[in-house]
Amino acid sequence: MTDPSAAAAGTATRDTESYVVAPEHLEDVKPGGPGKPRSLWSDAWRDLRRRPMFIISGVVILLLVVIALFPGLFTSADPNLTDLARSRKPPSADAWFGYDLQGRDVYARVMYGTRWSLLVGIGAAVFTVLIGSMLGILAGFAGGWVDGLLSRIGEVFFGLPFVLGAIVILTIFRNAGVNGALPIVGVVVLSLAVLSWPVAMRIMRSAAITAKQQDYVKAARALGARPARIVFRHLLPNCLAPVLVYATIALGAFIGAEATLSFLGIGLRDPAVSWGVMIADSRNFVRVAPHMLLFPAGFLTATVLAFVMLGDAVREALDPKLR
Amino acid sequence: MTDSGLVPEPPLLEVENLFVEFRTRDGVARVLNGVSYSVDAGETLAVLGESGSGKSVTAQAIMGILDVPPAVVTGGEIRFRGENLLEASEGRRTDVRAQGIAMIFQDALSALNPVFTVGFQIEEQLRVRLGMTRREARARAIELLDLVRIPHASRRVRQYPHEFSGGMRQRAMIAMSLALDPEVLIADEPTTALDVTVQAQIMDLLAEIQAEREMGLILITHDLGVVAEVADRIAVMYAGRIVEHADAPSLYRLPGHPYTAALMDSLPRLDLKGGELNTIKGLPPSLLNIPSGCPFHPRCLMAQDLCRTDVPTGHRLGLGRTSACHFAEELVRSV
Repeated sequence: MTDPSAAAAGTATRDTESYVVAPEHLEDVKPGGPGKPRSLWSDAWRDLRRRPMFIISGVVILLLVVIALFPGLFTSADPNLTDLARSRKPPSADAWFGYDLQGRDVYARVMYGTRWSLLVGIGAAVFTVLIGSMLGILAGFAGGWVDGLLSRIGEVFFGLPFVLGAIVILTIFRNAGVNGALPIVGVVVLSLAVLSWPVAMRIMRSAAITAKQQDYVKAARALGARPARIVFRHLLPNCLAPVLVYATIALGAFIGAEATLSFLGIGLRDPAVSWGVMIADSRNFVRVAPHMLLFPAGFLTATVLAFVMLGDAVREALDPKLR
Repeated sequence: MTDSGLVPEPPLLEVENLFVEFRTRDGVARVLNGVSYSVDAGETLAVLGESGSGKSVTAQAIMGILDVPPAVVTGGEIRFRGENLLEASEGRRTDVRAQGIAMIFQDALSALNPVFTVGFQIEEQLRVRLGMTRREARARAIELLDLVRIPHASRRVRQYPHEFSGGMRQRAMIAMSLALDPEVLIADEPTTALDVTVQAQIMDLLAEIQAEREMGLILITHDLGVVAEVADRIAVMYAGRIVEHADAPSLYRLPGHPYTAALMDSLPRLDLKGGELNTIKGLPPSLLNIPSGCPFHPRCLMAQDLCRTDVPTGHRLGLGRTSACHFAEELVRSV
């Protein structure tokens, strides 16, 4: 019994009416009231609400989402207004984050860039995890030739050099005439997900193989559960933790990867502004105008940190032993 | 295996001449070599044997939960109410699981899913298989936990497996397997992971529930002491064969196979306090390379040339008693 709240709650009562006298039978009355049904997700949610890490990261992410949805609420400046007279001016009362090389307001650009950076990060992470974990759990559970086939397909994608693969995919779409902010973001998300899902698949597959060998899977079969139920009800919650951790870290990596692609001129481009583009733009002026790097990079770091903390909190909440 | 001579209705669950192989990289391990046993309603059959003798594999073959590959059932029949399960469709087998035959696992901690409450795991079957609502299923789950004497069932039902102690977990596992009122319960070493006092409680509980519900109980164990009180009949397994099959009192009084005799000799005894424990010399045979003739002959004190060449078949030793030993009759007479 590793639950410290049991001891701290002071509500432990010794069970006297039965032969059970072992110390681990000290009953703990959990908050939440008797009779309320407990399920994995509702318990996880109840636990999450009490975690400071979840609250902090949740607030940060919520704020970012609001900025992403309504950047106009936070700035009245035009992110694309160019005035070379104020090129690389440091932060001031007029422009809190200063101006970039083209004399554009960095603060406004950070605000307007939030939408696209978040979209790229979250979109690519969600797709990667969805595709990867579905195929991974299928491969791990089914084994045999299904596993062999899916793993080999995964390895083909895994073997593609990331930047080269992205260049190929994005160039194809660019030549096909994809324009407008949202389609461009969609294509970037797609190329990131296509090249990264094998990682999520491998993680999920190995977790599924480990979990599959546990007796509870056998017990579920012995009690007449059908394969779909075993996979989604019994296996999936036990395999989720490592993939969640990967997803939160990958999310930050994707925002960074988008910057790489933008730097090479094949990622986001006008009208979509992104933190990655801004970081790339600042590369030659780090010493003379550090504000051009620090502010977008700071937002990127805070975002990644918030998602990593969120992932950590969710992972712990999903494991009853850590509650 | 009744000797009545009449042709009665078939036993509730009957395993006949079952062969199972594990096809591994090192070769083919013959795990079961013609196992036959049966159990009737209200009867307890104990299956006794060392690790690797094929007790659990037989149980898993009955449930249809062997890992295929490497395991392959190469022969024999498993009949439930006369229906050969090995030829039944997967859908039919799923229906038989839990409602016809249920199983309790050795290590209840790993047999309970760590991310769900104990209640949820019991309710899941009731909701899915019997179409109960959440509320009905919850009520039934509490009844079941009460039945297996888990104190404060209504609170315990909302707890997770790791909040239960070993004995309580095994009780929860029993409750889970009883949820759909199975006609046969297979208990695969239900007390091995528990300490001695809890073992006795769990055995009493099983015996009581079995008597109450008129269930057939197959009790798999390696512990002669555990089965002494509860078993009606005992099947002793060695190297994937049943070497002796007898009613419990006669087997304890007079073992009909040298292996059974050796097992009983190696039990610690109160009246021989202080002396060294008797052991059976040697190791169980590798299933990749089972000795010729009687598989027990390399370790048998009575082994003769005949044992090295001829596989002994069942020697009848009276009503419902068989022993796979060439010298079974002499053994019984000599004692």
